[in-house]
Amino acid sequence: MEIIVLLKQVPSTESFIEIAEDEMSIKKDDIKFVINPYDEFAVEEAIRLKETHGGSVTILSAGTDKTVEAIRTALAMGADKGILINDPAIEGCDALGTARILAAVLKDTPFDLIIAGQRAVDDDNFQVGLAVAEFLSIPHISMVIKQEITDGKIRCQRTVEGGSVTLEARLPVLFTTQRGLNEPRYASLPGIMKAKKKPLDIKTLEDIGLDSEKAGKPMTKITAMKFPPERKEGKIIEGESAREKAAALVMALREEARVI
Amino acid sequence: MSQGDVLAITEQSDNVFRKVTYEALSEGRRIADSMGCGLTAVVLGAGENVAKELGQYGADRILVADNHVLNEYMADAHTNVVADIVSREKPATIIVGASTQGKDMSARLAARINAPLAIDCVDVRIDNGDLLVTRPMYGGKILADIVFDGKPQILAIRPNSMSIAEHAAAGAIEILDVDVGETNLKFIEKKLDTGKIELTEADVVVAGGRGMGGSDFSVIEELADLLGGALGASRSAVDEDWRPLADQVGQTGKVVSPNLYIACGISGAIQHLAGMSSSKVVVAVNKDPEASIFSKADYGIVGDLFEVVPLITEEIRKLVK
Repeated sequence: MEIIVLLKQVPSTESFIEIAEDEMSIKKDDIKFVINPYDEFAVEEAIRLKETHGGSVTILSAGTDKTVEAIRTALAMGADKGILINDPAIEGCDALGTARILAAVLKDTPFDLIIAGQRAVDDDNFQVGLAVAEFLSIPHISMVIKQEITDGKIRCQRTVEGGSVTLEARLPVLFTTQRGLNEPRYASLPGIMKAKKKPLDIKTLEDIGLDSEKAGKPMTKITAMKFPPERKEGKIIEGESAREKAAALVMALREEARVI
Repeated sequence: MSQGDVLAITEQSDNVFRKVTYEALSEGRRIADSMGCGLTAVVLGAGENVAKELGQYGADRILVADNHVLNEYMADAHTNVVADIVSREKPATIIVGASTQGKDMSARLAARINAPLAIDCVDVRIDNGDLLVTRPMYGGKILADIVFDGKPQILAIRPNSMSIAEHAAAGAIEILDVDVGETNLKFIEKKLDTGKIELTEADVVVAGGRGMGGSDFSVIEELADLLGGALGASRSAVDEDWRPLADQVGQTGKVVSPNLYIACGISGAIQHLAGMSSSKVVVAVNKDPEASIFSKADYGIVGDLFEVVPLITEEIRKLVK
């Protein structure tokens, strides 16, 4: 089975995010970049599928020189090869633009299954994976916590509000991951050594037949970034006893905040 | 419909509309009024009787596509039908609730019709006749203003972010004959925990963290039930298997913005704060006076949650009586 994993490198979730001088982007210098956590589930699931069904796992990413680290980490976990589209124009892409680039690569790559994170925890867009499926005219199933492949069909359980829904489709399919799908493995030391020798193709937009000026032009454009409004200095409720504190809190919620 | 109206895609499950649908309709009405255009609602997979429920939420017209294939949400069938309605109606703006279904459908639709999409909008403004929306990024650590280049612009609005407004006039219902087109997904089953209030739509969330010390959440559950709220959990509580993944609030869980968020025994890791800091009023109960949750709380009580929370419940019960 040929499996493609769409991967993005993002600031780690424990990062403190600061806004850059242009007020339209973030400061990237002091941030630790990692594989998007939802994409890590995708890498893990792809490797498990390969272990069961055979075949190979290809990591596909659009990014910068730095993204090589994230792809190497996925290769160290057990993926077989990587493709990085590295082009300055990618910086300006919106979700649809990125999806178009990834789909352009996949048009000429044979695959049975594509796995992507449900969203990247930087842009929180929920769009790229599903748009890739649309551009490749294949079905998608999002937010998957369990999957099973038999006889060329995949059956996926996906989370919805208050429960789950199970769907089935004939391969090729793209599915996106939800927490609960698996526990991603750590890269082992031999894995890290092996990863250095695994193939990693680095291409520009021109190499894959796209016009960088057109491909990088976004339809949704960020015009400003700001921090969420600061909460006013909170009040620590004092009191002689726990009961007194509880009563004072309930009074404040009723009379002052008017939320109960 | 004149060229350039607002089209609101509604969402129902077993003939009941989601709360975010009313929020999307109300916001759609506000946009339509500012733009001087009409608002059309689309109902999928339900009949005229269900569609009537939308009457007083501002739609001028209500289009009903009551095809049985649409009863359960299926990404391909729903996208096919909505794309077809969009090509007939030619709206300038499409508004949808950013529920699981709303996000899934709008992402596929945006790619299908090559339209700009902003997911999880928390604010919508009109600047010189153009829409300007605000949406969180980095799990809520940043708010970004977004403008659109291209029509129709698609807005998926975050649950609990926009107010619901009622209107006197009821929209006229039109039954549509739709073609669900080619579908490749097969529905197998749906499992719902009925009676549970959805975390992202709840007005009150009571959440427990490491301080719960185990899987017995009954002390905070009682408070949540009394307030008609939902139960949430921090990542550590979920990692310990004390609560299901669906309850997790935070950057890799759900982002919630209830009127009241009560954090019990949650220290306040940056990823958790990102998931709840847009709540209107935050209460924190924690033994550790240095816990960072207190910096995001409007009201804090330093104390043992197992002692304090039952007393809070008791005091509220007195008020209810």
